[in-house]
Amino acid sequence: MSVLAAASESDRRAPDSTLAFSLSGVGHTHASGQVALQGINIEAVEGERIAIIGPSGAGKTTLLRLLSTGLKPDAGRISLLDEQPWEESRFALRKLRARIGLVHQAPPLPARQRVITAVLAGRLGQWSLPKSLLSLLYPLDPNGAADALARLDLADKLYARCDQLSGGQLQRVGIARMLYQQPNLILADEPVSAMDPVLAAHTLGLLNQEAQRRNATLVASLHAVDLALAHFPRIIGLRDGRILFDKPAEALRPEELAALYANEQLEQRPAASSATQALNLPRC
Amino acid sequence: MLTPSLAQRDPAAFPRLLTLVLALALLWPGLSLSELDLSVLFDGSNAGTMAVFLSSFWPPEHSGEFLALLLQATLETLAIATAGMALALAVALPCALMATRALSISALTRGGRPAWWSWALRWPVRGLLIVLRSVPEIVWALLFVRAVGLGPTAGVLAIAITYAGMLGKVYAEIFESVDPLPARALLSAGASRLQAFFYGVLPQATSEMLSYSVYRWECAIRASVVMGFVGAGGLGQQMDLSMRMFAGGEVASMLLTFLLLVLLADLLSRLLRWRFA
Amino acid sequence: MKMLSRLLAPIALIAAVIASFAFLQLEASALFSQQGLGQMADYAAGFMTPDLSTAHLRAIGYGALETLAMSAIGTLLAALLGLLLALPAANRFGAVAQAVSRLLLNALRAIPELVWAALMVLAAGLGPNAGTLALALHTAGVLGRLFAEALENAPAAPTEALRLAGSGRITAFFYGTLPAIWPQLVAYILYRWENNIRMASVLGFVGAGGLGQMLYMSLSLFQEAQASTVILAMLLMVLAVDMLSSWARQRWVRA
Repeated sequence: MSVLAAASESDRRAPDSTLAFSLSGVGHTHASGQVALQGINIEAVEGERIAIIGPSGAGKTTLLRLLSTGLKPDAGRISLLDEQPWEESRFALRKLRARIGLVHQAPPLPARQRVITAVLAGRLGQWSLPKSLLSLLYPLDPNGAADALARLDLADKLYARCDQLSGGQLQRVGIARMLYQQPNLILADEPVSAMDPVLAAHTLGLLNQEAQRRNATLVASLHAVDLALAHFPRIIGLRDGRILFDKPAEALRPEELAALYANEQLEQRPAASSATQALNLPRC
Repeated sequence: MLTPSLAQRDPAAFPRLLTLVLALALLWPGLSLSELDLSVLFDGSNAGTMAVFLSSFWPPEHSGEFLALLLQATLETLAIATAGMALALAVALPCALMATRALSISALTRGGRPAWWSWALRWPVRGLLIVLRSVPEIVWALLFVRAVGLGPTAGVLAIAITYAGMLGKVYAEIFESVDPLPARALLSAGASRLQAFFYGVLPQATSEMLSYSVYRWECAIRASVVMGFVGAGGLGQQMDLSMRMFAGGEVASMLLTFLLLVLLADLLSRLLRWRFA
Repeated sequence: MKMLSRLLAPIALIAAVIASFAFLQLEASALFSQQGLGQMADYAAGFMTPDLSTAHLRAIGYGALETLAMSAIGTLLAALLGLLLALPAANRFGAVAQAVSRLLLNALRAIPELVWAALMVLAAGLGPNAGTLALALHTAGVLGRLFAEALENAPAAPTEALRLAGSGRITAFFYGTLPAIWPQLVAYILYRWENNIRMASVLGFVGAGGLGQMLYMSLSLFQEAQASTVILAMLLMVLAVDMLSSWARQRWVRA
């Protein structure tokens, strides 16, 4: 079933543009022995916006964690923002991480923490130690945090506690933190899973806008294929730890999407009709 | 959309500042009253004195007659703790029975809350238990040493009194925390309070009571050692004597014995609690 | 057979109690004899008229403040030291550090405050400094172990997320772990403070200052009237601290 259709990256890259990241032959196996990813080859230019789609358990989260240096690959080589994360010193790795922003699906925010502190924590990698500790008691940049939250329509929650927010609001706080961090590489793991369709579309538009404004690279994993197709110019399909296809959104064919999500164990088979109709697979 | 001062004032800023100022204001007199001086721990001459003292700890004293004395003192400590607990129990149980609301007959018709005169009758007993508990046992030990002389008697009485207070309060609370319906049913049917207790409350409360009492016995052993320092017999009194004579080896042996004793008591207590609760 | 085993423990307990009394040669008759009770009654009578003169009350006031300061500063110091030791004890710096710090915490804990006080008096001389240090050292062992358990149970996800964004370990701890365990830490600290206020009174017996030292001296000089005022002051202080602590607990620990 593996139809490996990798587009030829070298054709697309302009001769003098910088590489945002590159994975060659990357693989990762869980501690339990289960293979999460194998044979991953991706190259992305600075400023690209990529969506990763695939069925549950395909390895999307693992891939994003590898890109964020949260996991070390068991095979292959990975290069991020022109650096080799696993061959440099811890100090350099820290500096690299400050340039990579990961938006979690379920933002790990301490319940009793206030939103302003959670957002300001985005720049901990850039602040000195005394400044960070002082900000814990007296937030040193309330305007900056308010700006970030205002873009997500959450400015009024600046001083609320995280345990007073809904799931969707927490996701937006996670995004605000990333916006405040101003990374060069934006990674988003199911960033809109807890939001209604209108809010989700708005938020994805915001992420794209942010990436374009600062020429940052954006990689997002999404469950909702229609959102992916609508907002991202490049789509990577992941299934069983392998890349099924990696092509521009408009070049995607419905059969490829069907092959991606095909599940013999389930009764329904998505009809091989137009992309906008049967392939609206909403998040449950 | 992005105005210069989009953020309103931090509501937590003023209270935090106030707390900080208060803390600093209290810290200064606190430090001066307690005369805190960490440097004594690292001071050369002090360190020298302590080092000499600590070095005298090795080897621990292990002559035959000292070991016999040690055994005697350890048994005395155990006996003080056990006898003290026994007396404490003898006082605590009746007090707990009197103080607990679980056996209140006036509460039957008021949905579990006793009438005011019922409260008034219970309060003296509760007050007594509080007073007995609040004075540290070592103060009682000191008093009793003055009253009845040096030796284990003072220790036994001190533990008996303090622990009677502790056990009494906790027992009363345990009685109130179990399911009240059986006791209330018995009381409504005309049973005496004691009967209601034995058949209604006690069966449910036994394991908790046992668990707490065994834990307290373990504390009593440590308390007995500590009280020995003011003359109430046992291991503590011997340790105090040896420390005054700067007999480091003896102190070392006794500290080791004490640690061993505490460990054994902890094991025994866990065994008993597991077996019976 | 089972009946016998069930009876074994209660019988053993009763035997132990009887043996204890016999060993100590505590005869009820001697304890509660006419003479014995009379002696105690005479002694107790001296306490019925507490000395409430201004001079004495002022001395007691100062002693009470000293005791309060001892317990508060000692507990605070213990919290800092305990937290420092709890980090390696919760396996943040490897197995060796964990073993060493656990050993240290157990040693600090196992030695009772009074023994520490006696040692500190040797090192630091008479006075409240010895008491403060003794409380600090012993309580550090207790709090360190409680803090380590809280740290081990704290969720790791917030801290990990911060470190992925480039934060250093220290700031990640303060922003990610500490907010989660803060109510527990405060609860433990308040609980130990309540205990330490009682202990601080007592440490004075070995010369560590405060109300305890006053009590010891007045009892040694057979000045029961003065001693009873000191005991009353101790009681009041314990009650006050208990109330303060439960207010603080309500305010800051409603998790």
